[in-house]
Amino acid sequence: MNRHRIQRLGFVLVGCASLLVTAPILLVVASIVVRGASAIDWEFLSTMPSQGMKAGGILPAIVGTLWLLGGTALICIPVGVGGAIYLAEYARDTWFTRAIRLAIVNLAGIPSIVYGLFGLGLFVLFLRLGTSILAASLTLAIMTIPVITSTSEEAIRAVPVEFRTVSASLGGTRWQGIRRIVLPQALPGIITGIILGLLRAAGETAPILFTGAAFFLPRLPRTLLDPTMALPYHLYVITTQVPGMPQQVQYGTALILLLLVLSLNVIATVIRSYFRRRRQW
Amino acid sequence: MTKLDVSRLDFYYGSFRALTGVTVGIEERNITSLIGPSGCGKSTFLRCLNRMNDTIKGTRVEGKILLDGEDIYSISSDVVSLRCRVGMVFQRPNPFPQSVFDNVAFGPRVLGQTRGSDLAGRVEESLRGADLWDEVKDRLKQDALSLSLGQQQRLCIARVIAVQPEVILMDEPCSALDPIATLRVEDLMRALREHYTIIIVTHNMQQAARVSDYAGFFWLNDKRSGILAEYGTTRQIFTQPRDKRTEDYITGRFG
Repeated sequence: MNRHRIQRLGFVLVGCASLLVTAPILLVVASIVVRGASAIDWEFLSTMPSQGMKAGGILPAIVGTLWLLGGTALICIPVGVGGAIYLAEYARDTWFTRAIRLAIVNLAGIPSIVYGLFGLGLFVLFLRLGTSILAASLTLAIMTIPVITSTSEEAIRAVPVEFRTVSASLGGTRWQGIRRIVLPQALPGIITGIILGLLRAAGETAPILFTGAAFFLPRLPRTLLDPTMALPYHLYVITTQVPGMPQQVQYGTALILLLLVLSLNVIATVIRSYFRRRRQW
Repeated sequence: MTKLDVSRLDFYYGSFRALTGVTVGIEERNITSLIGPSGCGKSTFLRCLNRMNDTIKGTRVEGKILLDGEDIYSISSDVVSLRCRVGMVFQRPNPFPQSVFDNVAFGPRVLGQTRGSDLAGRVEESLRGADLWDEVKDRLKQDALSLSLGQQQRLCIARVIAVQPEVILMDEPCSALDPIATLRVEDLMRALREHYTIIIVTHNMQQAARVSDYAGFFWLNDKRSGILAEYGTTRQIFTQPRDKRTEDYITGRFG
């Protein structure tokens, strides 16, 4: 075989590989859309489940997921971004900061069910928050913070040192340089990290399983100390725990969860590409 | 009048002594150029004058630098107020990736000096001072990075002027600019000389000869540490250098 043939064969092989990467995603999305789209109408989105969840809508699950996302965001954004600023701008390279970085890397690799059990032990039982939106949000936040911290730290470090020097030379304090120049420059990267972190939180079942998710609730949550239904857990329930569940309701619920996650993903991508085009250093 | 009085200045990066025994008096409202080959401490010396070296870990200063008779390295002196009095223009034009207006307004804003219409006035005054107003007055809201390199460097000068310093340090301010833009910056420097004490590091002999009133020649001693080999009026340095090394350097006998 001559070298040109080998090259062509190589192209075919890597082409097939890339097809294999994308095919499952397309198939999953397509099958969910085909089987679930017919279930989705305004009633499905805006009413409570009825007849043992076999009919009616999924409003409490949607609302619950938004509550959890909001609660998680409130906790993980300040902590995650604050930690990133500290690590990138202030922390000296000591054994302590190295340990923090190591912890962040390792936290990102912990299975989500472990976070769920940790949340149960610490927030639900020890701190007596009960199974509640607050306990579930805290658990999701702990899972999300490492993602936000590491992406934000990277974004902050990517801003040229020069800007900090210039800021100092004009009489700015370190914080003024960070606040007025570095953070605005790093913002798109930080926002992307936040959205990607929340994205993972939105789709997780295991961390909320013992900490805040309810099988079925007849009314919407009113305070942060109420338990709540949530899309991923609801999906798990109606696909495994309820016999005789209409298939299109299951797929419809999956489709809503998918749309929520996809739209967050699209927002993150748009923000990133918009700012990347504007950046000139 | 001596604006900056430097005596027996030693500077260390860790254990390496980068400057040895620099003693010089910088004249007020004059332009002083610092010349000499790369790596002999000119920029390091410049950065001592507004304590920009403080940001580098493991550096140490010995000797004295007096600004109007006040020791800038004494415990009681405040770095921020020092940098308001001694501004700096860097080698590469480095405006912030913000609007022209925000760039010039940065200093007055962080220092809490001016607000509202006062701020707009200060920005205009500074841009006029940097000979840039006519070119940018209609695009103050535009991104500063859309300006040409020469304009960007004059913007950086305007940004320094806006803080109303007494001394302006310039570290090879024209090395990234074409000859036309360079000439405009040199014209600007001569205009600024009326109000400010200017110290410029340059590798361009003609530039030093053209713009400066005083010149200092840096060289390395036998321990490879930077020294101020000769200092005098620009005319004397360039026409009757006392030091053989100065003569060899300015006549191009060294690389």
